Amino acid sequence: MTRGARTAVTDGDAPTGPHRPPALPTARGPVSKAVLDVLRQAPGSGVPPIGQAPDPWGEDAQLALYLCYELHYRDLPGVDAGWEWDPQLLALRARLEEAFLAALRTAVGDPGSVDLAMDAVLHPARGGPKGPSALLVERPDVERFREYVVHRSVFQLKEADPQALLIPRLAGRAKAAVVAVEFDEFGAGRAERVHARLYADLMRGLGLDDGCNAYLDRVPAPMLAVVNAMSLFGWHRRLRGMAAGHFAALEAGSSPGAARLADALALLGIDDPACTVFFTEHVEADAVHEQLMRREVLGGLLEDEPGAAADIAFGIRVSTLLDDRFGAHVREAWAAGRSSLRGGPLASLAAR
Amino acid sequence: MATWQQPEHDGEDRPPTPRSAACPRGITVVPNGPVLIEGPVEVAMPDGTTARSERVVVAVCTCLRSRRLPWCDTSHRARPRRTSARGE
Ligand code: FES
Ligand SMILES: [Fe+2]
Ligand SMILES: [Fe+2]
Repeated sequence: MTRGARTAVTDGDAPTGPHRPPALPTARGPVSKAVLDVLRQAPGSGVPPIGQAPDPWGEDAQLALYLCYELHYRDLPGVDAGWEWDPQLLALRARLEEAFLAALRTAVGDPGSVDLAMDAVLHPARGGPKGPSALLVERPDVERFREYVVHRSVFQLKEADPQALLIPRLAGRAKAAVVAVEFDEFGAGRAERVHARLYADLMRGLGLDDGCNAYLDRVPAPMLAVVNAMSLFGWHRRLRGMAAGHFAALEAGSSPGAARLADALALLGIDDPACTVFFTEHVEADAVHEQLMRREVLGGLLEDEPGAAADIAFGIRVSTLLDDRFGAHVREAWAAGRSSLRGGPLASLAAR
Repeated sequence: MATWQQPEHDGEDRPPTPRSAACPRGITVVPNGPVLIEGPVEVAMPDGTTARSERVVVAVCTCLRSRRLPWCDTSHRARPRRTSARGE
């Protein structure tokens, strides 16, 4: 099925990206190599011990964790789906998760109150370092825009899937409201409005490959950490407060960023709906989602479980922390005139 | 259909959103923010056009700062004021 109209910015060839044989990504160190090696075997054939856990912020740990979680969401090329619940692989994942959560706790420190953590999302300090969306408005550049879209694709192509894991873990009005938000994320009953689908439209509109994990080799640890944190919180019921706080922060921070990215597209002269709708939809939708998440989901969860406050605040702080780390990575690369992706710049749009 | 009630602890002294069979449409006024209305809604605009939204809940701008009127786009945040994480 053809999923999008021919777009304004692609040249004459097919709207999908270059076809490549689906392949597992390249290892980034001994642990991701061990995971990739075992995934090529049959489930149950054993996972070698990894010795010392790697740096939780590093490329090796983040890719290994990403691959472990990906088994829950979708097929990996050539990998038996039975690995999803392989006890030895889960044990390896647990060690990576433990180290990642400990690193997040150290980096966040005292999360403070829910209100203060949320206030930092709603009213970011003026004059602070600029994130990618602000940089793209300041200096619109289609190749940088495409880089940003490639980074985010590891989450956005499964947008709202990690957050759906909250549903069975909440009750009452928190559950009702998170379902209302997710209903919107999943297109309110219309497949062509599913936010992940709007993102695939955007990628094709920018001449990018919208295949799952097509750019995984290109995406560095700071972005993988963003999506791994969502999975970590989502796949553990005991971390539901963190998942709720993180989701609320995501929604609350989204509208202004989406508005800036819509502005950047306009400045670039890109008015193709395949590219713009993802952002304009998020400006509007997330203004609503923010209210539902804060008032009903966090409000309801705190009513049911007052003891969840510290975890909620922590989840909010983690969202801010990881966005800032990712933003700093992109900013530093661009300031140095480098690509922010692994492996250098993408093939330019003009060259396609 | 979910109910969108005013949280009891948002620090504002006002009755909760009316919710009864006689008034099935829940409307929540967010202090210094949008009005939340159960969708779908149609808004008759001053210029004679109609804005329509199909969302389960719609946020209608009351601060008139939105660039996407009649919908809230979070521009109301620019106003300096006290906030609460569980509702503005
Ligand atoms: S009320 Fe939110 S932008 Fe006006
Ligand atoms: Fe979304
Ligand atoms: Fe959203």
